[in-house]
Amino acid sequence: MGDNTLVLGQRLSEWCGHGPAPEEDIALANIALDLIGQTRLWLDLAGNREGLGRDSDMLAYHRNPWDFKNLLLVEQPNRDFGVTMMRQFLFDTWHLETLRILSHHTDKDVRGIAQKSSKEVTYHRARSTNIVIALGDGTEKSQLRMQSALNRLYPYVGEMFMTDKDDLIDMAALRPRFDAHLSATLNKATLTKPESEFYHKGGKTGTQHSEHLSHILATMQSLPRSYPEAKW
Amino acid sequence: MVEGRPSTSVVWKWLADVPDPEIPAISLLDLGVIRDIQWRADTLEVTVTPTYSGCPATSLINFQIEAALSARGIQKLTLKRQIAPPWTTDWMSDAGCKKLEAYGIAPPRSTGSPKQCPRCKSNSLEEISEFGSTPCKAQWRCKDCLEPFDYFKCI
Repeated sequence: MGDNTLVLGQRLSEWCGHGPAPEEDIALANIALDLIGQTRLWLDLAGNREGLGRDSDMLAYHRNPWDFKNLLLVEQPNRDFGVTMMRQFLFDTWHLETLRILSHHTDKDVRGIAQKSSKEVTYHRARSTNIVIALGDGTEKSQLRMQSALNRLYPYVGEMFMTDKDDLIDMAALRPRFDAHLSATLNKATLTKPESEFYHKGGKTGTQHSEHLSHILATMQSLPRSYPEAKW
Repeated sequence: MVEGRPSTSVVWKWLADVPDPEIPAISLLDLGVIRDIQWRADTLEVTVTPTYSGCPATSLINFQIEAALSARGIQKLTLKRQIAPPWTTDWMSDAGCKKLEAYGIAPPRSTGSPKQCPRCKSNSLEEISEFGSTPCKAQWRCKDCLEPFDYFKCI
């Protein structure tokens, strides 16, 4: 959970100062901020449970790409605003369903972080859903771009519902609710779900990240690795 | 005053004078982020709940609490971060909501939308964006006076 929010938060922050409109720029920066805040909670907990004295900063800045367990979807490049918002919509829809289930988890720390995060992610999903609809059911050009964004990113959806030994819950069980929100939104957005259910995998297991992860980590980690004692 | 230390009710009153760093019109008590104040032996423990996970004001809020209490002579202080139960706008005081509106920010409502324009009080409103100048606010616009305004989101 913490690696997903970290990598996507860093990705979104690349938009800061480049958004297509001030409102969108501010919204993306705010969502990035929420995600980085959630990262701190998840990775501090992870470090605490690991018991080796690593905190969220150590885990964020001093691990290598193959140690990251984020989904392939979140490391995909921003490309245009349509791709960024489609990626956000797919992630938010999955994220909210995951947090809803984790909000009832037996572990009280997991439950606490999930409950806190789900309040924020409810807004994220409302916004990305509205934008996918507005741009899908928009002009001919915006519709084309959103359809091409969906075609590009849909092959990263399947991985979100794979369950491996690190998962706390049955991820496949989340798929029906994800699909319901996806279909309802695509329908309003006049977009068509690609036919092929083929999907890439290897992000959440860390075994086969795309080349993009190394690049984004290099940017994010260069300062604390070059100057380990640097303080803000 | 046997030991010369203030009671917790006095400390609550002191913190009622500490403004929120982002929205100085309301106090930290109005915001509902101070959850508990206890003496643990000779150390004062203040429990603080962050509003949004990534809100940069969180560290500033902690700093302001430390500064305000140290100015009142509190020497041993610990700040305890508590994330569960999560902060909710239901914890904002009624007085705080009134101050927000007077300041030009529509207060949170459980319906998820502002009641009226904080300036002209019109009910004819539209949402511009789910996010405003800070994570806790959304941007709305009044369709009568045409002014945009911040709405404090209900979470």
